[in-house]
Amino acid sequence: MTLAEVPIGGECTVVKLTGDGAVKRRIMDMGITRGTRVTVIKVAPLGDPLELAVRGYELSLRKADAATIEVSQ
Amino acid sequence: MAITIALAGNPNCGKTTLFNQLTGSNGYVGNWPGVTVEKLEAPWRKNKDVVITDLPGIYSLSPYSPEEVVSRDHLVKDRPSAVIDLVDVTNLERNLYLTTQVLECGLPTVVGLNMCDLLEKSGDQLDVDALSSELGCPVVKGSALRSQGLDQLMGTAESLATTGRTGRAPRVFSPRVEKAIQETADVLKPHLSAGQPERWFAIKAFEGDEKALDTLGLPAASLAAIGTIRAGVEAELDDDAESIITTERYDWIEGVMRRCVVKAPKALTTSEKIDRVVTNRILGLPIFVCVMVLVYYLAVSTVGTWGTDWANDGLFGDGWFLSPAAAQSYEEAQGAYDDEDYGTVVDEYLAAADAAGVDTDGVAEAIESGDAARVQAFAEAASAAGVTVPDAPLHDADGNFLDSEGNVVLTDAEDDPLLSDGQTLAYHDTIDAEAFLAAANAEEPIPGEYGVYVPGVPVVVEGWLDDAGASELVKSLVLDGIVGGVGSILGFVPQMIVLFLLLCFLEDCGYMSRVAFVMDRAFRRFGLSGKSFIPLLVSSGCGVPGIMATKTIENDRDRRMTVMLTTMIPCGAKTPIIALLMGVLIGGTEGWWIAPFFYFLGLAAVIVSAIMLKKTKPFAGEPAPFVMELPAYHLPALKSYLLHVWERVWAFIRKAGTIIFVACVGVWFLSNFGVAGWDSGSGAFGFLPEMADAPENYMNWSMLAGVGNAIAWIFAPLGFGTWQAAACSLSALIAKENLVSTFGVLFGLGEVGEGSALLWATFAQMFTVGGTLSLGAMLAFVAFNMLDAPCFAAIGTIRRQMADTKWFWAAIAYQCGFGWVVGLIINQLWELFALGNFGFWTVVAILCLAGIIIQLFRPMPRATEKPARQEA
Repeated sequence: MTLAEVPIGGECTVVKLTGDGAVKRRIMDMGITRGTRVTVIKVAPLGDPLELAVRGYELSLRKADAATIEVSQ
Repeated sequence: MAITIALAGNPNCGKTTLFNQLTGSNGYVGNWPGVTVEKLEAPWRKNKDVVITDLPGIYSLSPYSPEEVVSRDHLVKDRPSAVIDLVDVTNLERNLYLTTQVLECGLPTVVGLNMCDLLEKSGDQLDVDALSSELGCPVVKGSALRSQGLDQLMGTAESLATTGRTGRAPRVFSPRVEKAIQETADVLKPHLSAGQPERWFAIKAFEGDEKALDTLGLPAASLAAIGTIRAGVEAELDDDAESIITTERYDWIEGVMRRCVVKAPKALTTSEKIDRVVTNRILGLPIFVCVMVLVYYLAVSTVGTWGTDWANDGLFGDGWFLSPAAAQSYEEAQGAYDDEDYGTVVDEYLAAADAAGVDTDGVAEAIESGDAARVQAFAEAASAAGVTVPDAPLHDADGNFLDSEGNVVLTDAEDDPLLSDGQTLAYHDTIDAEAFLAAANAEEPIPGEYGVYVPGVPVVVEGWLDDAGASELVKSLVLDGIVGGVGSILGFVPQMIVLFLLLCFLEDCGYMSRVAFVMDRAFRRFGLSGKSFIPLLVSSGCGVPGIMATKTIENDRDRRMTVMLTTMIPCGAKTPIIALLMGVLIGGTEGWWIAPFFYFLGLAAVIVSAIMLKKTKPFAGEPAPFVMELPAYHLPALKSYLLHVWERVWAFIRKAGTIIFVACVGVWFLSNFGVAGWDSGSGAFGFLPEMADAPENYMNWSMLAGVGNAIAWIFAPLGFGTWQAAACSLSALIAKENLVSTFGVLFGLGEVGEGSALLWATFAQMFTVGGTLSLGAMLAFVAFNMLDAPCFAAIGTIRRQMADTKWFWAAIAYQCGFGWVVGLIINQLWELFALGNFGFWTVVAILCLAGIIIQLFRPMPRATEKPARQEA
């Protein structure tokens, strides 16, 4: 499954990043790398983007980008 | 030689606070050459030989954002004497990611741990010595906000800089990758010059970072060798090199965290509690709306406007009262004086006396100068001749007739009042000599008698010029050109201060990133960022702070687009133009729906433009990544916060002193100099107000009129190809409301307000051809002036915000072009449907409209440029 499918409040572990180029690098620079624990805290009032907790801080990511991150629960 | 120390760190790690503490905040703000990233440089307060450079806040030294490129170029090419890497200990894991990269640059580096006080509060424990030996460099604890540990931090940095001692960058990668990096380094070694950090280049080469490789100019054989090394590791670890490097950095940091930090059991922090409410799925939007309404209310409709009114009417106007009570009693007295309508009484009586054969020569001047004897003599003569005026109609301050209810009575083109059913004019009862004397001797309230009255800058300057015996020419240049022009722009400063007090607070406390979080979805649709909302909102008050507010948009493309489009929202100065149009169309300026309607049209223009531009090459490509930290909420430090506000306001004031100054003097010159009777007469060139035979509305002879004539053809397809219309549009560049006053002057109406029915009639006449009001041309004229390049103040701000000449001209060209096309479509379609005219321009207009519609609805073109990276 991908990070975009994780329910709100759910926790998961990153398996693989399937995106490419600058966006993938940016996501990884922000600490989402293979094996990272990620919690989906909430979704914005209009339904996108997501708010995640990763490596002890909060990060916001669009669902489209979250869909490029494969995770396991 | 001077020591240079670079300050590196993540966004929100307290770098700016530290910089301000160290330098005493007299930082020089500039841009890094070629990019719009700000550069701050200042000497250390305690030793002026040490210069500190504040690098932009970044998360990584990747080659993908201008901030990151600027920072790594500074570290790798400019080679500062030492680096302070500031780390937010409350977010240690991600902050250390940048640290590992900074250490590879091979510079003397000290790691400063910031916000240690917050760490203690949370109960976490950090072993500083262990961290220092892991990183291989000195680590200093402190808190920038509380000025703790700063001397030790700077002392360490200074001694590192003088000794030039670099630690050994930690070996953060797995043995397999370290081996590949060593192999890469061996390939690179012959091509590196002294001072180029070997490990940094080796890692970048291994990652396939083209920007870094380009600087080395490697031969093809070396590139191929590095490609082979990279391909081997990529195949072995089943990932691309860049991802391997990133993943292994974080893996190493996780190890460091385990060895150096003891985490206390985690409770919900205050920041998390606030965020649960503020960005709540249900409450999020209402709270957002409340915050925005508050910003708008304070900055645009109340405090900010008071400030701007004070600056425009007081400081750069006639003057102002120190005490509000004095101002109020003066206003009451002035209101009572105006209600008596003395001017009409005097004028009507003089006219009647003149008609009755009584000598009125010099009476008006005698009233003006207070020559009571002459006025008295006239009154006696008139009284003896039995002059009385029956039923003189009442006027308001704009010169309109009033009906008995106090409403404006509309006049037709011949200036005769048109009464609607049941409406009757308001009259003065019979004016006799006594009433005339009372009116002539009535004194207008003098402000100085109501309290301490401070004269405005123009009044003071005029006094100086008079004392110095300056000529009319100099007075006009200084008062109308410089004080008037620059003053009207500096008048925005109080409003900008209020606005930035609010915006900088929202930004510094962490809410601004939540704004983007909440609004992202709505604005992404139009190719804008969630952060574009604030500039658009502010621009409905004034475009200048609106453009300045785009500063918070990090993405270059989004920011440029917002700068380009935000002034299409009608600002306060455009409301007189709207009022003028509404006066013609509906015979009044009242109507609750007018302002919202025009804001809606402005917003529609922004959205249409954004969707169209998004599909053009400069704005095309992948949507900007929205991978954004939501920093913890915190109260900003007062000093940093105020400095933040001041920096933004000062940047604007400086602009008013340069580009705007020149532009204002230019337009003053164009409108006051000209050729005498260029349409008929003698042809002498000179300063028109002093020219002997110049008509009262001398602007008809001015170069502005000449320029208007020369460019009028441009507007012919829009239906208003007269030089007056062109000249009005030009003078609107100083300030949009000038369009109305220039219009009044050009048509010999004097200084009339937009509420004058006479002005409405004249305005309608300008667009009347053969007895029919050309509605299309009038709407086109208004639409063009709403959408084209904004006033000089805003243009100057666009220039500053774009920080790029090409982009600046592109923005101005787009605004004028879009305004012109919209005007063309309005006028041509009106002519087609209302008059049945069909011609060349009708075809052009239809093609333009079709082009806009196609551009709006065609699918997003595929991005032609691939991301910079290419696999070797």
